[in-house]
Amino acid sequence: MDLSFTDEELAFRTEARRFFTTEVPASIRAKVAEGEGLTKEDMVTSQRILNARNWATVNWPVSCGGQDWSPVQVYLYQDEMQLAHVPAPIGFNVSMVGPVIAQFGSQAHKDYFLPKTANADIWWCQGFSEPGSGSDLASLRTKAERKGDKYIVNGQKTWTTLAQHADWIFCLVRTDTTVKQQEGISFLLIDMKTPGITVRPIVTIDGGREVNEVFFDNVEVPVENLVGQENKGWDYAKFLLGNERTGIARVGMSKAKVIRIKELAALEFAGERPLIEDPRFQEKLAAVEIELKALEMTQLRVVADERKLEKGRQNPASSILKLKGSVIQQQLTELLMEVVGPYVMPYQRDFDGNNEPIVGPEYATEAAPMYFNYRKVSIYGGSNEIQHNIIAKAILGL
Amino acid sequence: MDFDLTEDQRLLKESVDRLVADQYSFAQRKTYATETQGWSPKMWAQFAEMGLLGLPFSEAQGGFGGGPVETMIVMETFGRGLVLEPYFATVILGGGLLRRAGSASLQASLVPQVISGRLKLAFAHVERQSRYNMADVSTTAKADAAGYVLNGAKSVVMHGDCADKIFVTARVSGERRDRDGVGLFLVDANAAGLTRRGYPTQDGLRAGEITLAGVRAEEILSDNALAVIEHVIDEAIAALCAEAVGTMQVMHDTTLDYLKTRKQFGRTIGSFQVLQHRSVDMLVALEQARSMAMFAAVMASEENPIERKRSIAAAKVQIGRSGKHIGQEAIQLHGGIGMTQEYSVGHSFKRMTMIEQLYGSADDHLAVLARLGGLFNKAKAA
Repeated sequence: MDLSFTDEELAFRTEARRFFTTEVPASIRAKVAEGEGLTKEDMVTSQRILNARNWATVNWPVSCGGQDWSPVQVYLYQDEMQLAHVPAPIGFNVSMVGPVIAQFGSQAHKDYFLPKTANADIWWCQGFSEPGSGSDLASLRTKAERKGDKYIVNGQKTWTTLAQHADWIFCLVRTDTTVKQQEGISFLLIDMKTPGITVRPIVTIDGGREVNEVFFDNVEVPVENLVGQENKGWDYAKFLLGNERTGIARVGMSKAKVIRIKELAALEFAGERPLIEDPRFQEKLAAVEIELKALEMTQLRVVADERKLEKGRQNPASSILKLKGSVIQQQLTELLMEVVGPYVMPYQRDFDGNNEPIVGPEYATEAAPMYFNYRKVSIYGGSNEIQHNIIAKAILGL
Repeated sequence: MDFDLTEDQRLLKESVDRLVADQYSFAQRKTYATETQGWSPKMWAQFAEMGLLGLPFSEAQGGFGGGPVETMIVMETFGRGLVLEPYFATVILGGGLLRRAGSASLQASLVPQVISGRLKLAFAHVERQSRYNMADVSTTAKADAAGYVLNGAKSVVMHGDCADKIFVTARVSGERRDRDGVGLFLVDANAAGLTRRGYPTQDGLRAGEITLAGVRAEEILSDNALAVIEHVIDEAIAALCAEAVGTMQVMHDTTLDYLKTRKQFGRTIGSFQVLQHRSVDMLVALEQARSMAMFAAVMASEENPIERKRSIAAAKVQIGRSGKHIGQEAIQLHGGIGMTQEYSVGHSFKRMTMIEQLYGSADDHLAVLARLGGLFNKAKAA
């Protein structure tokens, strides 16, 4: 047992740190650090810088532009990226649809979509959830009927994150209603400019415009936009959801948040002394830090184990990464709000047309919205209750 | 970075696992507990034969040459078996003090006796008033022409009732809670003026109250022994963390088996979602604890006392929190049967609860870590 990194790994870490902290614009990284919303342009700019050295799609197969990295390198890459407040490459592109196309797409799909997906020339959004199909995703009803060389798509998707930026959407659609739910679903790629698609924003409790409803009204989709085989979409969706196992814990991001909380707690006062010297506050923060350290160790165990596991088998510890990681992220937003104190109250998000000068310290403005917004972390990607079900069945055999 | 065991470590693990599986069933443990001293001299002899009593001593001294990882391996398995023998007191605490504070000649005379199983050690440090403040020592050591004489009383000395020699802390100078002026001494258990009263602890192990009235002692470190003592205690806490993980693992496994076999309302109770989710939370607590026990093992040999203290404190908090959660849930999910003496899970729960009290509770260690500024700081992360 040796928890130190090799010289090669340390050199890789140094280079990753240099790259992330010097080549990604400080203005973008500062927004991430403050929890401010990024513009589409920020995210595209950042991803293109990564992609220029082939660092946007490291998880893809090497033949499709990925990196042949060890699990430790992938871990260091993610950790350094998060510590440097570099925005992660667009998840829908890089973690979701990219690997599905690389694995199951036709050669034409790969040739056309993968380079544009890697370089954020196409922005993807995800059409999975529907108003009646949340945790019970397989019950989805948006249907695609084959008419000659086209599918005619009708239905509604919801919680579609950043659909307002999207050029394309990857959708789960029902192509057979006569079989078991999971066996009548297909994976379809749809151009958002196609007539019949309407995007409507859903304003979340923090005031944010992250998610949308997407309506499909007789939308014509060429049959060549089907990925893989018809009615095999559920398998591809499971592949997609199981793809990112270790990054989901967001350990690096949470470490950066702890450090940020300490910096800000040194600026705020609790009576005579800075908040950071208040024993009650120190203990609350230390308690979260311990959970985070344990999670980091758990993640390292999973990473170290990935080298040895045959494909498809999961380390039992991997299943707790999302559960624990999400709760830690939420606890830290709560602590950040506590640090800010009374100036947590003014609502001053600029996308409501607010051009007034900021009230209170600038770092205070995003604390409450971030706390509200982060309640999503234990809901998306399979709620924590669904994660409990999965672990009970797959790991505990209950 | 890897979590793999070396070939030697794997062999060690296999042999200790086999020992506990074959000879430390719940029923066998019960018979060991009824022996005169509350543990099995036969098992002790077997530990010696397997080289376990020489675990932390160098090969040159006839030992195994093991470090914190080897200790973790042995203690985790002992935690599964709820081992009763004075291994923690003799090898982890006593062996640690001998190794870190003992002179070459003392080691030359005592180490072979420990390895062979002839000499049992204990560490008498905690006092009635000291709780978890390691500097709080009021037992006194007075020098005279012939050496040192100790006066005072020591509390809840693990396996102090059966030890042949006892390490004792005593104040050479300074006030009650001063960090300076604490000395480390070795006394013979049969020394004139030393009285001890042995008793069982809640978890079925043994401890003793020790009174020192003009006891002649051998000087180990006459002054400022605290830094060395704290390092040995940190190593001991790492060992307890590993033991606790073994105990938690058994509670988790036993509960899972029970959920899969116990039927109510015409079906196994493990088919009920509320119990499924609660056993998942037990698994999460177990894996987080295992991660921190590994972290503690790696950090136990860290020479920088602040870095070491941060890590060990963090591990003890995690172990305490996870252990309490898993223990309480294990009893609850078993229902009535979990409440009985004749069923194993309650015994694991009791051991886990006592580990929480040894060398600082979760709350105490959380306060320590908080004072030291936590685990993640700019300089370290950058």
